[in-house]
Amino acid sequence: MAHTHKSNWELIKNGMFSENTIFRMAISLCPSIAVTNSLKNGFFMGVSVIFVQTMVNLTVSLIRNFINPKIRIPIFMMVIAGYVSLIDMSMAAFARPIYKQIGLYIQLIVAFASIFARAEVFAVKNKIIPSVADGLGMGIGFFLAMIIISFFRELLGKGALWGFPIVSGNPLLIMILPAGGFFAVGLLMGFFNWVDAKLAERKAAQETTEKLAA
Amino acid sequence: MDFNKLFQLIVAASLINNFVFTRFLGLCIFFGVSKKMETSVGMSITFTAVMVISAALSWVVFTFLMRENGLYPGYPDLTFLKIIVFIGIIAAFVQSADTIMKKVSPALYYKLGIYLALITTNCIILAVPLINAGEGYTFLESMAFGVGSGLGFALALVIMASIREKLELADIPAPFKGLPISFIVAGLIALAFTGFSGLITL
Repeated sequence: MAHTHKSNWELIKNGMFSENTIFRMAISLCPSIAVTNSLKNGFFMGVSVIFVQTMVNLTVSLIRNFINPKIRIPIFMMVIAGYVSLIDMSMAAFARPIYKQIGLYIQLIVAFASIFARAEVFAVKNKIIPSVADGLGMGIGFFLAMIIISFFRELLGKGALWGFPIVSGNPLLIMILPAGGFFAVGLLMGFFNWVDAKLAERKAAQETTEKLAA
Repeated sequence: MDFNKLFQLIVAASLINNFVFTRFLGLCIFFGVSKKMETSVGMSITFTAVMVISAALSWVVFTFLMRENGLYPGYPDLTFLKIIVFIGIIAAFVQSADTIMKKVSPALYYKLGIYLALITTNCIILAVPLINAGEGYTFLESMAFGVGSGLGFALALVIMASIREKLELADIPAPFKGLPISFIVAGLIALAFTGFSGLITL
């Protein structure tokens, strides 16, 4: 992947769309269902991941010339664990009610394959600013996925958004139960696949008309 | 020994708070491995073993080396390091298990060895010590919780594998092929597991 030739803005867009962690690559799925039962939880989880992803990419890029390749895996784990501990404790101190609900999943950010993979694949080989851009893009992509999933789940499941009631009447309780989480992600993934297929179809049709016209 | 509490913990961890269907942990491995029954069984055995042993190791380290007044009265409170320490313990244990298995029983290693590499920093393996530390279980309770989680995960994998093997031959609309339909199937199973809630008030 010739990331070194992409501009920083393109890197951010890459993380948000074409290599979006949840919908395209289907890794780091665990929290996507657990914390998206309300928009508030999804929001804070997304923000935490943006923080950890960007800081990890920044740190690994800063020290990339001093890492012995043989011990890079424990070093990455230490860096990631350090930042996760940081945000875990900050959240426990400053946002106690939210922490009670998603505390365990914040701690499990340390096991995210996507953060580790970006450090290994990108940050260790690139300069500081592109690494930060890449981390931001991936983090924002994850954040967007969280927002989308929790938006639907909370709206349908509680008739509210961020605790503010929006729709009155009996909500679809199943959406905020675990089962609903699976359904929501599965349906959204299917939807994104469908959109992707349609776009590819349209592109192929365009290309054939161009070839015939030329 | 409070056998009742231990039994309740095993049931709670495997059925009521099933790691996959209620807590949503271990999903990457879950969807990756549950395509075939053979790999699912191998994975569940490896998982349960690693879960129980790493839960035991982490409990020992946490209680004696990290908690306040662990080794001697006046020992500082180091619990803020638990994420780093637990990951370290699990990674070290899995690495050593890998090496030992290669030497001691190559047959077993070739059968199960590949799964060890996959589970090193999996969220489900890390979650067991974290929950144990958070809830303050005793040693036997931690082991029971580890056993229950492993059983729950094995159950989830086996159920999912048997369905997915049949799904391969079903007529699914194109956008849903592969992962999306597996999610929806998992959702249906999760719906069934909701029936367990309230089974034991723990």
